[in-house]
Amino acid sequence: MRVQLFGTCLVDTFFPETGEATVRLLEYFGVDVAYPREQTCCGKPADSVGYQDVSREAARHFLSVFEGPDPIVVPSGSCASMIKHHYPGLFKDDSRLRAKAEQTASRTYELTQFLVRVLKAHQTGFRGSGSITYHASCQLTRELSVREEPILLLKSIEGAQYVALPEADRCCGFGGAFMAKMPEVSMSLAYEKAQNIVGVGADTVTGCDQGCLMNISDALKRAGSNISVKHIAQVLAEGI
Amino acid sequence: MSGPVTSLTFHENARAACKDASLRQSLKKCTGIFQKKRREAVQALPLEELRDQASAIKLQVLDDLGAYVDRFAASATRAGAVVHRAKDAAAARETIFHILKDRSATKIVKSKSMVTEEIHLNEHLHRRGMQVIETDLGEYIVQLAGEKPSHILAPAIHKNRQQIGKLFAEKLRVPYTEDHLELLKIARDTLRQDFLTADAGITGANFALADTGSVVLVTNEGNGRMATTLPRLHIAVLTLEKIIPSLADLATFMRLLPRSASGQILSSYVSLITGPKKQGESTGAEEVHIVLVDNGRSEIVAGDCREILKCIRCSACLNACPVYATIGGHAYGSTYPGPMGIILTVLLDGMDKAYPLLDGTTLCGACDEVCPVKVPLTKMLATLRERRIAEGLTSTSEKAAMAGFKHAVNSPRAFDWGQRALRRLWPGLVLLSGEKILGRVPQPADRSLRRRMS
Ligand code: SF4
Repeated sequence: MRVQLFGTCLVDTFFPETGEATVRLLEYFGVDVAYPREQTCCGKPADSVGYQDVSREAARHFLSVFEGPDPIVVPSGSCASMIKHHYPGLFKDDSRLRAKAEQTASRTYELTQFLVRVLKAHQTGFRGSGSITYHASCQLTRELSVREEPILLLKSIEGAQYVALPEADRCCGFGGAFMAKMPEVSMSLAYEKAQNIVGVGADTVTGCDQGCLMNISDALKRAGSNISVKHIAQVLAEGI
Repeated sequence: MSGPVTSLTFHENARAACKDASLRQSLKKCTGIFQKKRREAVQALPLEELRDQASAIKLQVLDDLGAYVDRFAASATRAGAVVHRAKDAAAARETIFHILKDRSATKIVKSKSMVTEEIHLNEHLHRRGMQVIETDLGEYIVQLAGEKPSHILAPAIHKNRQQIGKLFAEKLRVPYTEDHLELLKIARDTLRQDFLTADAGITGANFALADTGSVVLVTNEGNGRMATTLPRLHIAVLTLEKIIPSLADLATFMRLLPRSASGQILSSYVSLITGPKKQGESTGAEEVHIVLVDNGRSEIVAGDCREILKCIRCSACLNACPVYATIGGHAYGSTYPGPMGIILTVLLDGMDKAYPLLDGTTLCGACDEVCPVKVPLTKMLATLRERRIAEGLTSTSEKAAMAGFKHAVNSPRAFDWGQRALRRLWPGLVLLSGEKILGRVPQPADRSLRRRMS
């Protein structure tokens, strides 16, 4: 099977290791990964602030880069949801692009969704150690309805123990531009998230969205905790 | 804080609220309890089915709002109530003032109502020499403190028992206590006298039934019932969207409202008031007036955020909102806080007076999940953010950044250049944005993923 990987601009710019782990993981399952060189950003950062002219521009570019029949895999719930649920609405007045957006949306998957639903790879047999807890990011959980997939994958890691996080699907306060527009509120929410993570006594906290993890990692550091924060692609790929 | 607290000073208000540890503790505790009780209470329901039903009923009314208003007004008149219509807040205040004045009513007991907050009724009546006493416990506390409600269901959610004890001791000259039963007894004893001597009772309404002309009050403290039966005059104030077609529809909403609001299966009191006391009846006001307030609803119903008018004010979206639970209701500087409050305030007060509120959401969707009438809150918040940008109500630096971004998303070369520039300029940018913003973001990688993959 061949897939196209959309790295997301955040991973591309700040967390390339997460992208590399995603590639390793997909290749381990026998998937042939293409990384379209012309990709940029899905437009989500502009869209959620209200700049639809910018997100429409990004979407138009995305649709022209990610052509063809192959599934598109995205290591982020919020970017995958942007493509799946927001793209078609951006082209209300353009039936050709709207149709293309719908076709593209239908073959777009968030990473764990792709692993579990398409590859049926929930029995990973990967190895790991220590206890791992999981933050359920907002768009992943509520827009994509990906709730069980990441947990199934984590539970399949031999030698590691999955511990449920209280209020796992409570927003961590990242919210894209929200973290810059309301920094004090954002930090309070991140701090509450960090307290819950410290409270379950996990060695590692993971999730499917690098933005949230970045926010959580900062809060943990500020709280003086050395709990490790890793994207689920990394947690899984390390156990191969 | 300098100056008055308004929606325009939202960011400042929120920053101040974040520093208030006791506020946060009260909010976290109460919203947490509400959420937990709601979650447990809805378990016994065919929830999705009921939500769809309730939403459909509300939409049916909104599709033909004018006709339903007429139908309700005719039914209520037939039942013996006097129906008044008020186009805006000022008209509503005048109407109410004259009903009272014409009957020489000067002492008024009120049961909790958000619409009278919306039209600033109390201030108006006070200014004109009338005494208005709030009789819902939370609202009573807030009134004693000279404050506004900070939650649409639990007006004093921002106060803890110690603060209430101090307030009572100071304002009512009673010995300090923080025992909640004691506090309740003090309030009850004081209010009892007021109920017995009041000339009029003013209430809102949770629903209004078009087929019977009844006004429905859903309360827990019994004060609503006393305010509508002890004084000889009852004035019910309600906005148009409170109307539902029939008594049969009420059943659907009653299964949802108390559970979504406080996690109760049913509230302690549900009163259906159908006109004044009839001959041979022992309770009820002798005169019932209903003031139907439009105050922007006719415009909202014609626009793309019309579904906010489905809202039944259960407050579940406030309790679920992480931002509300952090900053509390006062920070919004508006009558209605939280997700529904942001939307309604922008629509009622105007974008230019309320646009900063639109920053007060992470669009996490927790509100959508709990709304019993499926108000598409997140979608409307996003729609209003677009409108805000279209109206140019944002900073020039943001506009400039977005213009650059628009160029970069279209051109991989510009994107790559931008990434490298970001990497180079990072330390300076962190200093510029401050510790609280880019200080929370690690520096860009030396080699981006796109470079590693090529
Ligand atoms: S918008 Fe929905 S959840 Fe919020 S108060 Fe209204 S009915 Fe309740």
